[in-house]
Amino acid sequence: MADKILVVGEVAEGKLRNVSFEAIAAAKEIAQDGEIVGVLLGEQVENLAGDLITHGADRVTIVEHDKLKYYTPDGFTQALMAVIEKENPDGIVLGHTSIGKDLAPRIATKLDAGLVSDITAVEVVGENVVYTRPIYSGKAFEKKIITSETFMVTVRPNNIPALEKDESRTGDVERLEVEIKDLRTIVKEVVKKKSEGVDLSEAKVVVAGGRGVKSAEGFKLLQELADELGGAVGASRGACDAGYCDYALQIGQTGKVVTPDLYIACGISGAIQHVAGMSNSKVIVAINKDPEANIFKIADYGIVGDLFEVVPLLIEEIKKLKASVS
Amino acid sequence: MNIFVLLKSTFDTEEKIVIQDGRIDDEGVEWIINPYDEYAVEEAIQIRDEHGGEVTVVTVGNEDSEKQLRQALAMGADKAVLINIEEDVEEQDQYTTARVLAEYLKDQDFDLILAGNLAIDNASGQVGPRVAELLDIPYITTITKLTIDGDKVTAVRDAEGDEEHIEASLPLLVTAQQGLNEPRYPSLPGIMKAKKKPLDELELDDLDLDEEDVEAKTKRIEVFLPPEKEAGRILQGDLKEQVQELVQLLHKEAKVI
Repeated sequence: MADKILVVGEVAEGKLRNVSFEAIAAAKEIAQDGEIVGVLLGEQVENLAGDLITHGADRVTIVEHDKLKYYTPDGFTQALMAVIEKENPDGIVLGHTSIGKDLAPRIATKLDAGLVSDITAVEVVGENVVYTRPIYSGKAFEKKIITSETFMVTVRPNNIPALEKDESRTGDVERLEVEIKDLRTIVKEVVKKKSEGVDLSEAKVVVAGGRGVKSAEGFKLLQELADELGGAVGASRGACDAGYCDYALQIGQTGKVVTPDLYIACGISGAIQHVAGMSNSKVIVAINKDPEANIFKIADYGIVGDLFEVVPLLIEEIKKLKASVS
Repeated sequence: MNIFVLLKSTFDTEEKIVIQDGRIDDEGVEWIINPYDEYAVEEAIQIRDEHGGEVTVVTVGNEDSEKQLRQALAMGADKAVLINIEEDVEEQDQYTTARVLAEYLKDQDFDLILAGNLAIDNASGQVGPRVAELLDIPYITTITKLTIDGDKVTAVRDAEGDEEHIEASLPLLVTAQQGLNEPRYPSLPGIMKAKKKPLDELELDDLDLDEEDVEAKTKRIEVFLPPEKEAGRILQGDLKEQVQELVQLLHKEAKVI
C-alpha cells in the first residue's frame, strides 16, 4: 500500500520509547511489503538505531545536532524535513506523544498531508488503509481514511502490539548532516516531575485514586502499589481539584485517556467523564466503600471496602505472589 | 496587545454519545465551550487586563456556535467572529478548520493567539500547530503557565508530566493545558454586556476561499460505539480473602500480573 514509510523513533531517558516500536508495527501494516525507514533525531542517538531495526525497520537515518538535545518544533521540523526531502516517503508515522502531537500537525501542514492522530488500530481494506481512533475520549470510535497523496499518522501508545524483537535483523544506519538554523522557542530547563520513569500514557498498570484517597499522603500508598506492579499513578478530576495531586495525573475527558492492561480504581466513584478516559482498559479493578458506586458497573473485579485497608493487603499479596513465582 | 482565541463548541462532557443512521446524533445535546478553549479564553482576558489591548474569540462553526461565542464575551472577551462554513463545506477535518482560521488571521494584526491544546470531541490537537505553521509563527503547545514581558514570553509546557520552561517572543501561538488557570463564570453584568458586544459573521466567500481550498484531507467512513462493558464480579468474604482471590484472578484468569 506504500513503497516507503518513515517512522520517527522517540527517545526518553536514553532509550527508545515502546510506542516507537508500536509505530513500526503500524507502519508495516500500512506498507505491506514496502520499506520502513526509521528516523532518529537528537543530540546523541546513533546507539539506538539498532533497536529500530530489530523491531522491524529496514534501515535507519539519524540526525544528530546539539540543537536537538531538547525537542523544539523548529529544531525537529528542520531535521525531519531534511530527511523527508531526501527520502521522499509516501507516509510518516509517529507516536501520539508529547512530541508526536506537537510535531506531526506542523509537518502535515508543510507536506499538505492528511493526518489521522491517535490511532488505536489500522487495517487494509481493499484499496484503502482504514484507521480507527477514539473520539469523545473513547465514548465512541471513528474509522478514517486519508485522501491526500502523502499520509501521516500518530499512534496511541499501548494499542498496536510491537513486533517481537528479532536480533537477526540487520540494516543500514545512515547519518544525515543537517544545518539547524535559529530556534524560535528555546527550552531553558526541564523539570522532571514524573516519578520513577513510568509514563502514565504508556504504563501497563495504572493505579488511580479519587476523592476517596482523601489527601496527598493517601496518594503515596497508591504509588507504593503502582511501584510494586511496575505501573503509574493516575487520578480523577475530583482528586486533582482537591489538590491531592497534580493535574498532569488526571485521567478522563479533560485529562489523559489511558488503556493499560490493568486499571485499579481506588476511591473513584466513576463519573462519566472519568470513565471515558479509562473504560477501554483491558482489566478494571474497582475498590470503593460505596457498593452503589458507578465504577462497579464497568469493573471486571470489584472489592467493596475501605481502600486504606484493601490497598496495603493488596501490596502484601502481590509481594507474596512475586516471591512465589520468582 | 492584540489577542485572538480559537474556540470550538463541543458536546457537554456529561453527554452520552448516540449513533443514529451512522452519524453521531446531536439532537437535544447541550453544547459548551471546549473546556481547553475555556482556559485559553480566561488566559487571554487576564493578559489583556494586565497589558491592555483586545481579545477576539474566533470560531469555525455554524449559527448555533453563537451561544458559546456570547459566553466567551460574557467572560470578558471584547469581540467575536463566527466563520460559518456549514453551507459551503460538506466534509471538514482539521486541515479545513486550520486553513479557514489562518486565512482569517493572516489579515489581522495579532500579537498572541491562544487555543485549547485539543478539543474533547475529536481530540486530535492538530489545529493550533497547523494554524501557526500556516501563519509562519512559532508555537508552544500544552502550556500550564504563561508570562509576557514586552515581546518576551516565558511559558511552562507540560510534556507528559514533566515541565519544560520555554522562552520565545511574540507573535506566538500557544495551546492551553489544564492547570493553566481557573476559568471564571460569566457575571450577570458580563452577560448583559455581552449582548451588545460585536459579533461578526463571515463565510468562506468573505475570506476569498472556495470549497476546494479547504477540502478535507481525511474522511470519516464509519463511527461506532465501543462494546458495552458489563459489570464484572464483586468479590465476597472477608477483606483479606477477597484480596487474595483478586490477586489470584489477576494472575491466573486475567493474566495481567
